[in-house]
Amino acid sequence: MGQKTVAETIKEITRKHLEENNGLLLGESISAVGWVNNTVPNCKGIVELPMTDVAGAGIAVGTALVNRRPIFVIRFQDFLILNGSPLIFFAAKIKELHGKCAPIFVRAIGAEGLGPVHSGVLHSIFMHFPGFRVCSPMTPAEYIEAWEDFIKHDDPMICSEHRTSYLNTAEMKNVLKKNADVTLYAISSARFEAIKAAELLEKEGIISNIVHIMWLKPFKITNGMTKPLHQSNLGLVIDSGYEIAGASRSIAYELNQATGCCVKALGLFDRTKCLCPELQNKTPDANRICETVKNMING
Amino acid sequence: MRSSNFGIIPNISKSFETGLLLDIFRRICFSRYFDLGLINAANEKLVTSMVYLSLGQESISAALSKAIPEYLIFAQHRCHDTYLSFGGNPEKLRDELLCLPSGSSKGRAGSNCLQCFENNVSMFGHHGLIGENVPLGVGAALGSGKPVVCIFGDGAAEEDYVFSAMGFAVTHKLPVLFVCEDNNLSILTTVEVRRSWSVTNVAKALGMPGIDITDDPWTIYKKTQELKNNLPAFINIYTCRARWHVGTGVDNPPEWDRFKIVKDELNGLGLSDHIAKIEEEAKTSMEKLWDKKLLQKLSKK
Repeated sequence: MGQKTVAETIKEITRKHLEENNGLLLGESISAVGWVNNTVPNCKGIVELPMTDVAGAGIAVGTALVNRRPIFVIRFQDFLILNGSPLIFFAAKIKELHGKCAPIFVRAIGAEGLGPVHSGVLHSIFMHFPGFRVCSPMTPAEYIEAWEDFIKHDDPMICSEHRTSYLNTAEMKNVLKKNADVTLYAISSARFEAIKAAELLEKEGIISNIVHIMWLKPFKITNGMTKPLHQSNLGLVIDSGYEIAGASRSIAYELNQATGCCVKALGLFDRTKCLCPELQNKTPDANRICETVKNMING
Repeated sequence: MRSSNFGIIPNISKSFETGLLLDIFRRICFSRYFDLGLINAANEKLVTSMVYLSLGQESISAALSKAIPEYLIFAQHRCHDTYLSFGGNPEKLRDELLCLPSGSSKGRAGSNCLQCFENNVSMFGHHGLIGENVPLGVGAALGSGKPVVCIFGDGAAEEDYVFSAMGFAVTHKLPVLFVCEDNNLSILTTVEVRRSWSVTNVAKALGMPGIDITDDPWTIYKKTQELKNNLPAFINIYTCRARWHVGTGVDNPPEWDRFKIVKDELNGLGLSDHIAKIEEEAKTSMEKLWDKKLLQKLSKK
């Protein structure tokens, strides 16, 4: 797909699924105001749900039961709290309970600065429950990988998107440096901030590796993750969701257990996201990452 | 309004062929004696998992299974009778309750989560969240174009997502029959304590046909036959749960005994010998199914 943006990639995958694979796409207000940031094509197979969170998710899961492999669009991840019930209690359980499947691709869209119920990143909640595959692709190729994984398997997939990534065309490779002082493990939109943070830190003489994490569940520790950590001996996992009981702490723990190295977590503060700029409680930005790293290095 | 004869079509059974009358009765007996055998097994601690008995309500599924045998089924927790009437294997149901790998879900799901995908039956498992089966069933109808029956209780009917899903079915003209088994109880809290409104009226307000009847199997069969040509539609069926919400105990005597009423009616039609034979066959087969020594062997107790 070359120079396509993430948004264009999503749109192209969706069009192919709906037009060629008898797929369905369900969601609320899909066609309104820009077709979900221009990620949804205007074609057959789109089902506009009424504003019925919970029932809407159940209806989408029902179409998965009859093998339509629905794409279910959640315009703001906070709405997953209501929509989560049929996903958690049914779609994710059916395989272990009944040996059947409900493969549904949940496009859970994260955002920043839109207030208390439109700015959340909730993928950690779904990592908690058995039965889901959870990922957070931020590049075109990663999105394709996520989709192909969904088609290959029969599990419900939580695809934790972030609006920050939609115009991105670049792939994000791990950055491994000699004599690095710290390894930054970044998730979701925090990946863009981690890159900026590494540049700022280097200006202060602190060398950083960057390891991009797309797959949250199943989370497999690879040599590509542990090798730089063994070398730097210090790690920081950064996520766009809440830190307490979140992906950052969970993955930091696993990396610590696998390597014995000191790995800390950095996510959102334990407070409500507000609308006013000073209280938005955004994804840790480059400055906050830098401060955290310097504090770790200085003990 | 709620009574043993509410909405019954007078003398409707006389218009039925004998074979249909007896087949519905056979299914009632089959479910009834399954649960009676289960009660004995549970009381003797041979079944220790939670059980949700259909006893008292089995005429509904017996009639539905004859009227709409080909429908995709989305039932909920009190569904032994649905499973058995539509053609589920009783041994697999028993084994499910015994938590055995030979159970309908390999012993993993249990009494309130039954599924069946054999004998031309497509019954999707429920997971215990009341009313969840309604949006799932509506989605299955949307995705497959096949007719669906969603069976739920009067408590589940109060879940907001049930209404929303019913409304969606109306909007999209989906082939879904919504059946409320109205035993008047949410565990032990009666309808009048919980709400002042009628689910049937809500269904009608959403734009689908809605009727209230009682659990007379012949009326259910007749009304289902009529409504299946005008889906989506809603039937609220007054019925009586004979045992606890979960478990084998008795709360209060049921308001009416549909099994006795059905037998009296069939006797009145001159079918005494037939129904005695059918009942005895069901009783015998279920006694074998729930044989104490067999259960001990199966569960290695």
